[in-house]
Amino acid sequence: MKNCEYQQIDPRALRTSTTRTSSTLPCGRKNSQRLRKKWEIFPGKNRFYCDGRIMLARQCGVLPLTIVLIVITSGLFFTFDCPFLVRHLTIFIPVIGGVLFVFVIFTLLQTSFTDPGILPRALPDEAADIERHIDNSGSSTYRPPPRTKEILINDQVVKLKYCFTCKMFRPPRTSHCSLCDNCVERFDHHCPWVGNCVGKRNYRFFYAFIVSLAFLTSFIFGCVITHLILESQKAGGIIQAIQNMPASIVELVICFFSIWSILGLSGFHTYLVASNLTTNEDIKGSWSSKRGEDSGNPYTYNNIFTNCCAVLCGPMPPSLIDRRGFLPPDDAPQTVTSDAELPPFMAKNDTNMEENCQDFALSCTA
Amino acid sequence: MATEFHNLQELRHSASLANKVFIQRDYTDGTICKFQTKFPSELDSRIERTLFEDTVKTLNNYYAEAEKIGGQSYLEGCLACLTVYLIFLCIETRYEKVLKKISRYIQEQNEKIYAPRGLLITDPLERGMRVIEISVYEDRGSSGSSSGSSTTSSSGR
Repeated sequence: MKNCEYQQIDPRALRTSTTRTSSTLPCGRKNSQRLRKKWEIFPGKNRFYCDGRIMLARQCGVLPLTIVLIVITSGLFFTFDCPFLVRHLTIFIPVIGGVLFVFVIFTLLQTSFTDPGILPRALPDEAADIERHIDNSGSSTYRPPPRTKEILINDQVVKLKYCFTCKMFRPPRTSHCSLCDNCVERFDHHCPWVGNCVGKRNYRFFYAFIVSLAFLTSFIFGCVITHLILESQKAGGIIQAIQNMPASIVELVICFFSIWSILGLSGFHTYLVASNLTTNEDIKGSWSSKRGEDSGNPYTYNNIFTNCCAVLCGPMPPSLIDRRGFLPPDDAPQTVTSDAELPPFMAKNDTNMEENCQDFALSCTA
Repeated sequence: MATEFHNLQELRHSASLANKVFIQRDYTDGTICKFQTKFPSELDSRIERTLFEDTVKTLNNYYAEAEKIGGQSYLEGCLACLTVYLIFLCIETRYEKVLKKISRYIQEQNEKIYAPRGLLITDPLERGMRVIEISVYEDRGSSGSSSGSSTTSSSGR
């Protein structure tokens, strides 16, 4: 049997520390040390700015590239194409372009900077309570908690998995993002283009971003083609026209290559919204009828309009991680981090630990 | 043997934490926020079943109201979309208003019902909406006998 590095939580050891912290009131009493905020000890791989108001994944991917591409393409459009088109067509072209550009930038920033629906990790007491309920055979040899729990949702069997990092059974539709090291509710995917996970709280921003970006790229593409046609009529030939407007050709190339993927992505996400699915579920085929079982999506309202309204116009849940709240003055961080008692060089081996525990669990059940 | 506490301050200062009971989420209706109303055995001698069930059912109703999809939430969603979601920075959403109501309700329940029985409910929002945490306190004066009884009851499960 492999030596599993998963540490069982001893409730008796916890009770003394939690008694101490729970009996103090976090009312900002003056200490010699500054009162810290919760974002400063957040265990996930996130970065916080503006005193916790803005958060990003630590690996922000190609977010700067996304912003640069959008700003440069739009900038070239407003500088080189709009004056020509205003003279020859209508003033509404830069107006529409401006509105779309503002929409794209704002929704992009909101997708990137909003908490996607991160679940805070279980406190030691809670984690110990879960373990007590699972390990109620009372055996003295320790084994890790079983990995799944089955529940019925709308008469459909759904398996809830146990998250070794966050020490809790994940709610339905929640998944653990390995890049951000957080469990995210209604996890869709981790998008490198926006540098953040897409989950319950920022899915509507993400959808608005890709739809408005699809409109913006199509709009710029169409306007540049129009400009090219009008210019070639004026300049007598398309080659001459291309030589006269090099900036517009740059925009044309960028738009041409991005339009396929963005339109495809918008179409795909429109399908997901209409069927109340997440990318994660669709890729894994969780509710696919090909599985041979009598399974369908238990979360759908069976009506495209209701699904769209529920996903996009539903109530906006609050952020659960309370990043700007103050820590109690005796501030031992109470969350169980996966590297709590491991030496520093082991801190990066969370995925290895989970794999070891998976192997251990499999070997136990074999 | 119910220990009598007259207010929350007295509870915090003169009692020691004996145990914590966690009420888990009930996912049978999907991902909406709803807690199980099953009465935990640890609270058997501390509080009446009906009072506990009323508290949890009222909380479930509040959460259902917050997450209700209907006219008002659509209006909020459409308005938010038109203002590029900047409206979330300015106004308080219906969900946030209901959460404040829930917080006041829990405070009131603690003061009137739970603290006199040596119990304290923690707002689920502080636990990531995963559990309702009920802290069970024992009077320090009688902690020797009562904590002994609580440990024997937990090991006998």
